[in-house]
Amino acid sequence: MTTRAAQPRPEGVNWSVLLQRFGLALVYAALAVGLSLLSDRFLTVSNQVNIFRQATINGIVAVGMTLVILTAGIDLSVGSILALSAVITADLLKQGLPVPLGILLALGIGALMGMVNGLMITRGNIPPFIATLGMLTVGRGLTLMYTQGKPFTGLPDAFRFIGTASLGPVPMPIVVAVIVFVLAAIVLNRTRFGEYVYLIGDNPVAARLAGVNTRQMIVLVYMISGVCAALAGLILIARLDSAQPVIGAGYEFNAIAAVVVGGTSFSGGEGGLLGTLLGTILIETLNNGLNLLNVSPLWEQVVKGVVIALALLFYKAINPTRK
Amino acid sequence: MTPSRLQLEHIVKSFPGVLAVQDVSLEAYPGEILALAGENGAGKSTLMNILSGSFPADSGKIWLDGVEVNITSPRRAQELGIAMIHQELALIPQMTVAQNIFLGREPRLAAGLLVDTKKMVIQAQALIDQLGLDFPVTALISDLSIAQRQMVEIAKAISFQSRVIILDEPTSALSERESDILFALMRSLREQGVTLIYISHRMEEIFNLSDRVAVMRDGQLVGVTPTKDLTIQTVVQMMVGRELKDFFPKKQAEIGDVILDARELRSGKRVRDVSFSLRRGEIVGLAGLVGSGRTEVARILFGADPLDHGEIKLAGRIVHLHSPEEAIRLGIGLVTEDRKAQGLFLGQSVRSNASVLLFEKLAQLGFILYSKVDAWMRGAVTQLTIRTPNLEQKVRNLSGGNQQKVIIARWLAVNPQVLILDEPTRGIDVASKAEIHTLMSELAAKGMAILMISSELPEILGVSDRILVMREGRLMAEFSRAEASQDRIMQAATGQLAAG
Repeated sequence: MTTRAAQPRPEGVNWSVLLQRFGLALVYAALAVGLSLLSDRFLTVSNQVNIFRQATINGIVAVGMTLVILTAGIDLSVGSILALSAVITADLLKQGLPVPLGILLALGIGALMGMVNGLMITRGNIPPFIATLGMLTVGRGLTLMYTQGKPFTGLPDAFRFIGTASLGPVPMPIVVAVIVFVLAAIVLNRTRFGEYVYLIGDNPVAARLAGVNTRQMIVLVYMISGVCAALAGLILIARLDSAQPVIGAGYEFNAIAAVVVGGTSFSGGEGGLLGTLLGTILIETLNNGLNLLNVSPLWEQVVKGVVIALALLFYKAINPTRK
Repeated sequence: MTPSRLQLEHIVKSFPGVLAVQDVSLEAYPGEILALAGENGAGKSTLMNILSGSFPADSGKIWLDGVEVNITSPRRAQELGIAMIHQELALIPQMTVAQNIFLGREPRLAAGLLVDTKKMVIQAQALIDQLGLDFPVTALISDLSIAQRQMVEIAKAISFQSRVIILDEPTSALSERESDILFALMRSLREQGVTLIYISHRMEEIFNLSDRVAVMRDGQLVGVTPTKDLTIQTVVQMMVGRELKDFFPKKQAEIGDVILDARELRSGKRVRDVSFSLRRGEIVGLAGLVGSGRTEVARILFGADPLDHGEIKLAGRIVHLHSPEEAIRLGIGLVTEDRKAQGLFLGQSVRSNASVLLFEKLAQLGFILYSKVDAWMRGAVTQLTIRTPNLEQKVRNLSGGNQQKVIIARWLAVNPQVLILDEPTRGIDVASKAEIHTLMSELAAKGMAILMISSELPEILGVSDRILVMREGRLMAEFSRAEASQDRIMQAATGQLAAG
């Protein structure tokens, strides 16, 4: 016997790796087949486009959330960031602010609020959960104060195109979401910043000792999350033609759900955007299916919670070393 | 012949892609210290983890005092009287010694709900006294030294009436004096009939302590031999399967100008007025007991900890180091003491781990030039003989020696002027160790200044051109290679010698 211990055995398929890689796609396929058998409306083009359009808002928020969770953080304030940036922008657009400036303003507010999150975490040494929980409350409070509890409706048409226009057959929100996903995937997989995000999530102490400016990177990550939330808010108000004071409430939950179902680990450094994309679509398909099957909306929450729990159990089962 | 305490028969264990233990049969007797030697990745820890219930064997049988046992969990192992003291200690730092010893089985007051603290302390004290230890059982674990924590683990094992105690490299974090205390304890347990299985890379210790030596290689048992019939050379040959001519190959490099000059470094109570210099081409060994301030000096030079007072000159210019980032930019590198906690990104690829410092250089507009990174990586893997199936492999799946080479590769990528290595070969197999020493010599020959911290005196003596000794935050002595000896270094490190 001269086999070296470190050599992989040639025979045998590594099922856990396969499952991990394609498990989510398989679940999605099973769900799609099931729904198309149960409802003849499910597999129509208009319904599928509808699913994707519904998924765009959460998908964009979930892109930022993916980066945050990869650094072993969490951003609970995305819903409030979305709300505050949306109402301020809606108000100023109504007062005649040029559309490009309005968009920049919204994204700027998102970046600023994200930066405050990041600074509280890195300079104040406040755990991300607490820091962003604070921002959730503050952001919502400011939104209510700004709106005095009343919605802003009737936005300029020049602005509403990002929610309602189409590029050929593809609705604008989907175009924007695809661009966001592709850009983020390139950044995460091809750039120094992307590498650092994974390294910081894996081991922040080692990252600092390897010369990574961990504080700066983490602030940047929360800023990106804020910008994503603000962008999602723009699309949302453009579609609804209205910015409600309670807009975006609970969106952090949907985004976290998409990321977690997509296989990104809460302990950081493991996962990615492809999973988040699938997770977002899976959750939206599930919502859509429950709708088509006339299941009470009250059940949606329950089903979503169960799905997340099942996803975590599944990842734990195929990879027991995972935290 | 005494009946065996423990008998393993045809134990097999595989992990995805690796056959970790291949058909191992082994016996151990009451009142013996059985040393288990082998390179990292040889299967020692896996075998012992099976024995202590961390995971089951794929096949094979285990007998304990003549009874076949099925060890399904660490708890079951504990009940059977098998205790394992891991490299990573499993005590709870915020609790006291007594609380840790009786964790989960505290003596209860009559009502059954409340812990009888008094009784617990008395019982724990009795145990500590029995072992001849001298710290209070009411002390917090976080206030104890690593050595004392190990003693607590052993006390805990004894409190379970353990018949078999497994120690996985217990001395890797201990100074020699602390090790001696541990060895005395192990010997007295042997007298009491306990079976001790002792995993170590340190040959001197194995030969001092053990009755028999079992050697593993590539998941198989190579042989079990009474220690008195062995020499260090034969054990090493059994471990690596080839002859090792030289433990510490030392090439003499040409020593150049002073590159780093540290004056009166002071930081808290851990570093007090330390002054020394490093020259190009020189390997300086920094010796001293654990906790003497060696690591703190390294961290200051690397910008990881702040400096209260003092000055650092690099190539004649005063530098102020506020972060590792700055130190790296100025050409200072640090291979940290604790590989897993401070060095590695365990869940990331070999590529990311080895080339993290290169990303700064091999990138355009922030985009990493992966083809250049990979070209460099392939060279580094060959140069350092890093054993990995591919660059995507997670570094977690590599053996300790290969992990350390990955970290060293990281620093080679940026070719620092000064490289500090803190315990560079701790817990690493003999072959990798020799490779790392050779590499250090080669780097010095190219003009790098190397500061090596080590608790292993043979390593310090074998590798260094010059040796500094620290004690309680102060630099106590400096020896040239010719002057230095184990005795002189130990005297300086333990304070039996005036500063020299």
